[in-house]
Amino acid sequence: MPTFLQEARLKRQVVQDMLFRNLTRLAAFAVLALLAAIIASLVVGSMPAIHAFGFGFLTSSVWDPVKDEYGALVPIVGTLVTSGIALLIAIPVSFGIAIFLTELSPNWLRRPLGIAVELLAGIPSIIYGMWGLFVFAPLFGDYVEPWINNHIGKMPLIGPFFSGPPMGIGMLTAGIILAIMVIPFIASVMRDVFDVVPAMLKESAYGLGSTTWEVMWNVVLPYTRIGVVGGIMLGLGRALGETMAVTFVIGNANQLNKSLFMPGNSIASALANEFNEAVGTLYTSSLIELGLILFFITFVVLSLARLLLLKMAQREGHGA
Amino acid sequence: MTKLNRLLSSIGLSAALLSAGAAFASDITGAGATFPYPIYAKWAEAYKAQTDVGMNYQSIGSGGGIKQIQAKTVDFGATDAPLNETELAASGLTQFPAVMGGVVPVVNINGIDAGKLKLDGKVLADIFQGKITKWSDPRIAADNAGVALPNEDITVVHRADGSGTTFIFTTYLSQVSADWKKSIGADKAVAWPVGTGGKGNEGVASYVQRIKNSIGYVEYAYALQNKMSFTQMKNHDGQFVKPDDSSFKAAAANAKWDASKGFYEILTNEPGKDSWPITGATFILVYKTAEKAENTKEVLKFFDWAFANGDKLASDLDYVPLPANLKKLIRDAWKVQIKDVSGKALWK
Repeated sequence: MPTFLQEARLKRQVVQDMLFRNLTRLAAFAVLALLAAIIASLVVGSMPAIHAFGFGFLTSSVWDPVKDEYGALVPIVGTLVTSGIALLIAIPVSFGIAIFLTELSPNWLRRPLGIAVELLAGIPSIIYGMWGLFVFAPLFGDYVEPWINNHIGKMPLIGPFFSGPPMGIGMLTAGIILAIMVIPFIASVMRDVFDVVPAMLKESAYGLGSTTWEVMWNVVLPYTRIGVVGGIMLGLGRALGETMAVTFVIGNANQLNKSLFMPGNSIASALANEFNEAVGTLYTSSLIELGLILFFITFVVLSLARLLLLKMAQREGHGA
Repeated sequence: MTKLNRLLSSIGLSAALLSAGAAFASDITGAGATFPYPIYAKWAEAYKAQTDVGMNYQSIGSGGGIKQIQAKTVDFGATDAPLNETELAASGLTQFPAVMGGVVPVVNINGIDAGKLKLDGKVLADIFQGKITKWSDPRIAADNAGVALPNEDITVVHRADGSGTTFIFTTYLSQVSADWKKSIGADKAVAWPVGTGGKGNEGVASYVQRIKNSIGYVEYAYALQNKMSFTQMKNHDGQFVKPDDSSFKAAAANAKWDASKGFYEILTNEPGKDSWPITGATFILVYKTAEKAENTKEVLKFFDWAFANGDKLASDLDYVPLPANLKKLIRDAWKVQIKDVSGKALWK
């Protein structure tokens, strides 16, 4: 081939490469710009509320549209508590599902079970909410809560958290529904990362006489912890921001209660409930500030998870 | 080849959509309250069949409706809570009622049938304020001789979302209880001292049906359709009345409508021995000086048609049509209040 043709081709390739690089960069930066724009508009939108209430907004439990006084304590607590309950339930269950699917399940069952878990992840949240309200809450209120009242409710220390009128709706129900919703996410991520553990590692541990549990806890989990924490964070992210399902079952009352049986409120459901009909600058602005707080909480949680992983990596480095 | 076909057909489809979009351009657009949405949609369907003019209504909530008409993105706004005179003047709007509905307290108490329980407004306020906590409270029993009231705790259910229903309900409670007015007040969402919040009428309805010994409040239509057990209320004249078409109409007929104030009237606690005390109308907002005169005229034509032909449709959906004298007042108000930019009256 003559050299000038080669050169022309080279030139063309350089241009192509440059175009490609700039296009991908544009896409990546667009995400950043979008994020910045969202934060900026949240901050600008919540300015009137920030000016009016300052930090008191975070610690006040008043939410009174008539007198135009707002505080975010109840929704913040509700969001954190329901997400906490969800993770407390979802992590062990997901771990169990993932162990069964990767280690214990007979081969023919693996695929259908795996697909079932993934299908659960695809169900729209409003379905969970309706199922929670019409099916789960009545059963929970009629059969489970009275039992909890009579047994756990009488215990010292944790008793007050588990006693109250058995209505079937409230913070505990919301937490359980959230757990059901995030289990598929956490479980499928855990399964995927457990699957990539080299067989040799596991076989060696089994060869040394370890039980399945010992292999999972001492070999597989340390090997996959980044992925596992990532999966849990994915679940937590969904739990924190979940709106419709929570709105249906949390009871939507702006009250602080010790008992988990009592209704509460979460940030996302307060927004869903009130944004439509919010009139007036301060009201709207307080709702936007709630959104900003949710954004902030999610950000802090994700950063903490990163930090945790970093610390774990460092400790390992020292140990070696 | 098939790919090309598909491409061509999709182009054809989008062209069809575009031309359909052009046809929609002459349609009336409105946005606002969710409560009247079913009847507006029904009216629109019947109106389109007769006149070929469609009406596109987005039920985004009263707050959204007010914002949309102020931004002039729609031909009319709709709100459950009427704007007062100063608010109307500030944005150059005028308003008129379109259809009415009632709010009814609903209860779930074992052994008490629909319409058996009688409540006084003051007692209702104290229940929703958490001052009366047992069904067997002597103040409830005083009006209910012969009804076996259980000695159980009352669970209060209210709306979680901002809503015109709550506005009507709390307006009524503020009128009958000075303490309610002072400590809680009336709005589309209030700081409820007790209780659980359900989202939407259906949320409150299902909570009340679920939770034993509970009391809530819903639109009349919801109570009827879900066969819920509503209560009788003592009205302004001291009579116990049941919620139905005639008691809502009685409340509307006894109200003093004033067109110059944009028909600002909340039909709660109206006088008259048959008046249901928790009645309310839902309102339409249009500009007094119409920049798009043609569109505003279409809006007026639509509601004129609905007032003339839509009563049966409204009753079928358990709404309450406006009384004839009020409809006349509204049409008269249009003639004097709504003008185009040159100052010519739009409605004759």
